[in-house]
Amino acid sequence: MNEEFLNTLGSIIGTATPLVIASLGETITERAGVVNLSLDGSLALAAVLGFAAAWTAQEAGVLDVPMQIALGIVVAMLVGALIALLIGFSSIKLRRDQVAVGFVLTLLAADLARFLGADFTRIPGPQITRFALPVLSDLPILGPIFFQQNVLVYFSYILMFVIWFWLFRTKGGLSLRAIGERPEAAYARGAKVQQLRYWYTFLGGALVGLAGVAYSLNVKPGWSSPPAMQGDGWIALAIVIFGGWHPFRVVLGAWLFAALRAVSSNIQTNGLFIFGQEINFPFVLLNTLPWLLMILTLLIVSGGFTERLLQYMPRAVQHRMRAFLRSDPPKALGTRFEME
Amino acid sequence: MQIELRNIHKRFGPVHANQDISVTFHEGKIVGILGENGAGKSTLMKILSGFQPADQGQILIDGQVIDYTGPTAAIANGIGMLQQDPLDVGAFTVLENFIYGGAEGIALGRAQAEATLDDLSARFGFELDPHQLIDNLLIAQRQQLEIVRLLALGVQTLILDEPTTGISAEQKIILFDALRKLARDEGMIILLVSHKLEDVIELCDEVLVLRAGVLVGDMEMPSADHNLTGAVIAETKQHLVTMMFGEELEAQSREHYDLGKPVLEVDQLLVHDLRLDMQPISMSVQASEVIGLAGLDGSGQELFMRACARLGRITGGNLRLNGDNIVGASYRQLFHRGCVFGAAGRLEEGLIAGLTLTEHTALVADDHMRIDWKSMAKRTASRIDQYRVKGRAADNVEQLSGGNQQRVLMGLLPDDPQLLILEQPTRGLDVDSARWIWTQLLQRCQSGTAIIFNSSDLEELVTYSDRIFVFYAGRVYPVPDVSQTSIDELGHLIGGEFQQA
Repeated sequence: MNEEFLNTLGSIIGTATPLVIASLGETITERAGVVNLSLDGSLALAAVLGFAAAWTAQEAGVLDVPMQIALGIVVAMLVGALIALLIGFSSIKLRRDQVAVGFVLTLLAADLARFLGADFTRIPGPQITRFALPVLSDLPILGPIFFQQNVLVYFSYILMFVIWFWLFRTKGGLSLRAIGERPEAAYARGAKVQQLRYWYTFLGGALVGLAGVAYSLNVKPGWSSPPAMQGDGWIALAIVIFGGWHPFRVVLGAWLFAALRAVSSNIQTNGLFIFGQEINFPFVLLNTLPWLLMILTLLIVSGGFTERLLQYMPRAVQHRMRAFLRSDPPKALGTRFEME
Repeated sequence: MQIELRNIHKRFGPVHANQDISVTFHEGKIVGILGENGAGKSTLMKILSGFQPADQGQILIDGQVIDYTGPTAAIANGIGMLQQDPLDVGAFTVLENFIYGGAEGIALGRAQAEATLDDLSARFGFELDPHQLIDNLLIAQRQQLEIVRLLALGVQTLILDEPTTGISAEQKIILFDALRKLARDEGMIILLVSHKLEDVIELCDEVLVLRAGVLVGDMEMPSADHNLTGAVIAETKQHLVTMMFGEELEAQSREHYDLGKPVLEVDQLLVHDLRLDMQPISMSVQASEVIGLAGLDGSGQELFMRACARLGRITGGNLRLNGDNIVGASYRQLFHRGCVFGAAGRLEEGLIAGLTLTEHTALVADDHMRIDWKSMAKRTASRIDQYRVKGRAADNVEQLSGGNQQRVLMGLLPDDPQLLILEQPTRGLDVDSARWIWTQLLQRCQSGTAIIFNSSDLEELVTYSDRIFVFYAGRVYPVPDVSQTSIDELGHLIGGEFQQA
């Protein structure tokens, strides 16, 4: 296959990684019944503060480069986790509406990031470097696409499998799904609903923070105005819905989205040629392409069509496919749980 | 195992839900807990099963005072409760539900759990497909799963809250057989919370009766070994009713009115559903007639009623209201022509939580741009009086009890509708409120209103319907003569037994 094409696919996987990690984080938070709507702001604030920490360490000349990056990552994850905890605390303890609090925090964190980021505009900091995995990177086709990336990308693969395994292959996963579907039933079976919700909100938020710093230490190093991740938080939220709260589908969704974005930006810079003929087309409209495709897919998945298709499958496969194709949100998503 | 409750008290605000209740349950006994809504029977069982703490009092198991909080602690002490709406997770499969909450550890252990599940189900003749989603199951199957799950957890006392609501006669036989087996063969204590006297008499060894939070009496049931003759049952029933209400209630009955011209004509009507294979339905409903629709939840009766009210999709056939075709009409148009639909979900579809009673009155009042709040408040107050609602005009509707919400709904109906389509009009109401609702409905019938309603209470169907249609898996069977049909026969019909006939 054309080498250039494979490289393009590889770079799509690379640029999709922050989206992948953020969407996976939001997936586990929402599976637990909590909506963290602050993603767009959290990503930005984590990017700025993570970058600031790594850069400061670099300027001061302390630590070596990998440790500077590690410092940035830890700071960013804490930032994401703390914002998520605020949402958890205000909804679980203070009984405020998750959507309202999340929305306010989005705006707050985004503005704070812009204010704090002003000092870091267009300055180089430590960067996460690429490193090809031995053996795997030599695989034909798969090698250049998936295994000549940086550590965060490899981490996102592992994360996807770990979350899937946890959700569908462990008792802890049953509990996680149950507290988002029917917390009363989880409580009756001994789950500490509130405590688990805090924990998964925290964990999901930490991953959002990691996604944020993935921009400033890798995809588009440093800080710029407008920020590189602007709008991606909302996209990640949409991808979770598109992915039906299933880790594999969520990752596929993020990759698909990144691919479509690459296509539309390519056409915008190079123009669209069909049979050597340049087509005149309002290219700004191309930006809507990913959304259009998402809505279309959602319509297909959520209609009665899949249910009918499932009827033709063997029974043992049916429930797995249903779990994979489902498009209903966790039933208790965004609600409070109180046992009388 | 022997359980003793000593001086249990529980208060909810001003309501004294359990007052100084002391009682002992013995091994191998099936005990019925009777009482009308709000008598405190559910509260007592929730205390025993750990869902609520008692304010005062002690629970002794085999003579030892045991202090526990939470349902899992109760299960660890051998006491498990099956809720009326089983506490399972709809998006899980049967097997996942069975595993969840069981043994400690990380791995699911599917294979082993499936073997245990199959084993236990086979012992009681339950048919549970481990890979089916809970959302696709009938209530009876979800109950069976919960019972099997609690047994696997080593429960020695099983509490069941209204388990016979919404299940067929055949499923009831399976359930009761299983419960008898557990009591006789394994010495378990079975506590059955119910307001259905027939069930209690049929199954229980003894019965406790609660009234307004107080234990007012207990009674040995006539043993099934001595023939349960009609006379014995009637006598026992009368006795229990007197204990429950403190007075004797007359048997329910109604007058039948002369029927008028056809109001709703249904001709080969096809309603669409993905899961059900719906057959065409034909019937004609006359003025002053009461049509009862029987069937397990999800057998097609809800679809049919919503289609008739033009709230559900019609894929074929004809539907006429007073001779005019209404297939293409909207519910709004029907409403203005005197056809009113009452949804089963009172707070979900019928009323609007967060609005006051006065605001509800204003909502259904004639369309004027400006609302005259004074006259609305006055009208609401008079309705509250007329319908004996316990509540004030300025109260939010969700603050009222279920019975009072239903009264508010009745008060919001137009004065002389042509046709009422009512989903489970007395769901969750105590006997007194239910009777009152029917008195109101029948008054309207007398002046020419036709009623179509469904219910999972077979007695209600037999008592109030002129004609009954049984729905089973999308098929419809008109019961030939309601006055000659017993509740038991109807129970078998809703289980689909008309298909062999």
